[in-house]
Parts: sequence; structure tokens; C-alpha cells
Amino acid sequence: MPKVIIALDNDISTDDIYPGRFMATVLPTETPQYAFFDRTDFNAALKAKTFPPGSVIVGGENFGCGSSREQACSTLKGYDLAVVARSISRIFLQNSINLGLQVVICPGIEASVGHELEITADHVLNRTTGQSFDQVKLPAARKGIMDAGGLIPYTRARLMARG
Amino acid sequence: MGMTVVEKILARAADRPSVTVGDVVEPRVDLAMSHENAALVINQYLEVFQGTGIAPKVWDPSRIAIIFDHRVPAESPKTATNHKKIRGFVAANGITKFHDVRGDVGGICHQILPEYGYVRPGFVVVGTDSHTTSHGALGAFSFGVGATEMASAWALGIAVNIEVPATIKVVVKGEFPPMVGPKDLILHLIGLLTAQGANFKVLEFHGETIRQMSTSGRIAICNMSVEAGATSGIVPGDAETVRYLREEAGVTDAIDCVTPDADASYVRTVEIDVSALAPQIACPHMVDNVKPIEQVLGIPVQQIVIGSCTNGRLDDLAAAAAILRGKKVAEGTRMLVFPASSKIFAQALDKGYIHDFMRAGAVVMNSGCGPCLGVHEGALGDNEVALSTTNRNFKGRMGNPTGEVYLCSPVVAAASAITGVITDPRKGA
Repeated sequence: MPKVIIALDNDISTDDIYPGRFMATVLPTETPQYAFFDRTDFNAALKAKTFPPGSVIVGGENFGCGSSREQACSTLKGYDLAVVARSISRIFLQNSINLGLQVVICPGIEASVGHELEITADHVLNRTTGQSFDQVKLPAARKGIMDAGGLIPYTRARLMARG
Repeated sequence: MGMTVVEKILARAADRPSVTVGDVVEPRVDLAMSHENAALVINQYLEVFQGTGIAPKVWDPSRIAIIFDHRVPAESPKTATNHKKIRGFVAANGITKFHDVRGDVGGICHQILPEYGYVRPGFVVVGTDSHTTSHGALGAFSFGVGATEMASAWALGIAVNIEVPATIKVVVKGEFPPMVGPKDLILHLIGLLTAQGANFKVLEFHGETIRQMSTSGRIAICNMSVEAGATSGIVPGDAETVRYLREEAGVTDAIDCVTPDADASYVRTVEIDVSALAPQIACPHMVDNVKPIEQVLGIPVQQIVIGSCTNGRLDDLAAAAAILRGKKVAEGTRMLVFPASSKIFAQALDKGYIHDFMRAGAVVMNSGCGPCLGVHEGALGDNEVALSTTNRNFKGRMGNPTGEVYLCSPVVAAASAITGVITDPRKGA
């Protein structure tokens, strides 16, 4: 069962997730080392591969606000993390879907570090506290991209269909 | 039912008679803008074509713009190599709207696009930069996307699967008091709406104050619309839009201003009277932590920054220079000035503003994003405080997670440079 590895406040910016001074690094194989770089202990734990794939970052309102930098998504995708937040900023949400990073909008989520979360199709169950929280469906417009496994395969299919 | 400006633009760009909130459309892209992150866009774009048997080809090189601004001149070998890679792509694909590291045609992307007439009313503009909202100032639907979404646009020429956003109508009335202007208006509005108050929505600006505002001021308010979470800010095109494009951008072809229908549907209407507005300050570490200047007076400041895509235009520099002329930047405070484009830099030279800044002790830097995003040219020391005309004050934004950034207008920045503490420009610094 996936565990919460960090529980964050409202308005976590992309500068927090991936500081601007590392933006010259673009390759998804290289961005993970800078995830939450200024949260020194958490960055070190990520790099030490302490957390199994599927581990969850819990956020408050407006997660991923700020810059459109896609590194903020590839850096988390590199560790195969999931984000469960009360609300998510538009560009971060779209970038996540485009790159196949699992993001869940869950307005009522209550969870602390170490809690076990079960993410179903429309709920998030906190197995530690026994509470269940509704998800907000992701924008319908994005479904085709999710079903294709991300925007690159989706665009590739569209291109092929054009002939 | 009538349509908002963005609904009209999306209907036209998607060849539909009308659209309404929530419809999924795939509008043609009129302009696709990137900066240094084109290095990542290129990777994603090439990956799209892998295994297809189709040779990579951009849909229309004349509609792609690439402007180097975030790290100019390159601060590291890595950035310099990214620049080099992008130059190669630009040459190989015949991309003409390319602005390299240059002192004649260089500058910040959100200044270059209007300055060179690349954006017109009614356009659909995508940019790999969240402040792409800026171009709503010219009546375009202009929004930020990630690098992979840009790669998709380069390949297909459309923005895929866009949900028509709801629109918040912002009606602004009254005349700005002295030393108060568009930056104070947008900071005040962000404080009202909160940092996510317009998430997935458009801010459509109306009212006598907007109609009388210069395009420079409109760029500032649309630029920061994203700080309320907005997909886009937009000022419906009008006489000022046409004047700007004709007189300042040299546009000679037809300009078609798109205006909303009288019975358009808005999710919310916000009315603001600016006639009693005080200078506004966004305090650390969120842009919606906005206070009237009275509440933050006297806070010591080690670094003043004037510039950026928000406030680095000629009128911003003129207002700041008028305050600094014949004065000195306080000991213990350093002041950095970044004109938004080379053209503005040259104009400011001709007008004497650059001399005013230099004689006052400010350092005038090359056009570009400068320290706004904490990459180079003006990082903060541990626990230092900056007062800046830029658009973000997130923790770590100016390169140091222990630093603090306050956001303000150019006149507040200039008045505070003289005293070394946050100072009310209305008090005659």
C-alpha cells in the first residue's frame, strides 16, 4: 500500500519543487536529482531511493503554482511518485497528465507522513485513519491523452492518423 | 447566448459557429513562443516522430517564435550549449522569429512579441512560459503550456483538447492617484482573488480605467493574471491596441479587434475603483499576500530590482528615473535595472534615463529576465531582502531560499532605493 512520504502546505510552487537555478537541466533522466532541492533532507531521502515507486506527496490548495517548467513534473515522475492535493494549478496539472505523472485532486484530503493511502478510481482511502475522500475528476478534455499514456504517444497517433 | 472574447476567439480558431464553457476544442495556433526551454521542446518534438516513418517537420516555421531571455548571456556551459542546440534547430527549420543574445533586437520574450507585432487581436498564442498571459494585452487568447504541449503544437499546429474556460469579468473604474498605477491594480486584484482564485479561468478586463491605460500597463496586468491562477488575462482590442500595433510595432496589415457580446456569460464580475488605491506590496512568500504600502513601510532592503516582463518598459524606467534623478541609492542597498528589451534600453539611453540610474549608483544590466527566477545576475545573500518590480516572490525565487522578496511598482522601488527601506513614493522621497 503506498505511503505518504511528505505532507505539504498550500501554494507549493514549481520553484519549491524544482528551483529555477536548475532549469538548464532538461533531460528527464537528470532532473530527479534536483527535486525539492532546498528541502535538503527530503531531497536526500529521494536520492537515496528510500521511497518505493507509487509513494505519495500530499499537497494542499494550488499545488504546483507558478512557472510552466515541465521539470517540476519530470523530477517527480523520475521517482514514480504520485501527487494527491486539495487543488492543483492548471499548468502543473496539464504537464503531469502530459508526462504521465499520477496526480489526484482530492479537496478534502487529510493525511500525514507514514499514512497508507489507497487511490481508487474516484476516491482516496486513508487506510491508517479509515477516512475516505472524494476525488475531483480530471478535466474531461485530457482523458484522451491519459488513455494514450501521455502527450507524446497521443500526438504521435494523431500525426500518423493524418498520414 | 452571447460569447466572451475568449469564446469568440476559440470558436473562430476551431471553425465552430459558437462554443460555450466546458466545450472541448482544438484551436489552430497562430503563434507558438518558446525561450531557452526550446532545448527541451526540441527533444520532445523529435520523440513524437520516432518510429512513425515521418520526417520531423514543424507545421509552420513562420508561426514559431524563439527568444533567448532567461539566461542571457549564458551563465553556464550547459546553458550556452542549450543556446547552441536551439540555434541549430532554428537554422535547420527556417524559423525567422528568432531573437538571439543581441544588443539590437534582443530582449524578454513577453516584450519582444508585442514590440515586433508578432501578436494580433484574436490570435491564439501558446508559450512555454507561464507569463504568456501577457499577450492578452493585445486582445489575444494567450496561455502558458509545458514543453511537451509545445512539441505537440510544433508538430500539429493546434492546441489539443482545450476545455473552453470560464471567464471572470473585471471592471475597473476611476483615475489612478499620483504614484499609483497598473502594477498596484493587479497586485490588489490578486490579493482579492487569491493565488488560485482564477485557476482554469480567464480574466477579461473592462472599464474606463482599462480603456485609458497604455498597452504597457495592460501588459503588466495581463502578465500577472497568472498569479491569480488565470489561464489568460485579456483586454479586448480597442483603439489603443490598434495605435500600439501601428505606431509602436509598425504593423501595416489588417487588425481585427474581437470584442465580447453584450449578453456574454461570466462566472463572476469583480468591480474595482482605483481612485483611492494606495501603492500595493506583495509580501513574502506569496504573490497574493498583498498589503497597502502603509503596512510595510521601513523594512530594510538590500537589493532593489527594476525590470522584467512585468515592469521593464520605457514608461516604467521613465517613472523610476524621475525619482532617482540627482539622488543616490542608499549605502548598503544595491539597485539593478534590466530594460525589458534592447530597443527599450536604447530609448532609455536617448532619453537620459540610463544616465540617471548610473549617476544614482544603480547597475544597469543587459535586457533579459535577470535575477527574477534566481538563475544569475543578482542572487540574494542569506537572509537578504529584495524589493522588486518582478512578478513572483516564492521562497527561493531570487536564488536563495533564505531570502525574502517583496513585489512593487517601479516608483515604489525607486523611492525605496534612495532610503534603503520600503518607502512611500507619495511622500516625496
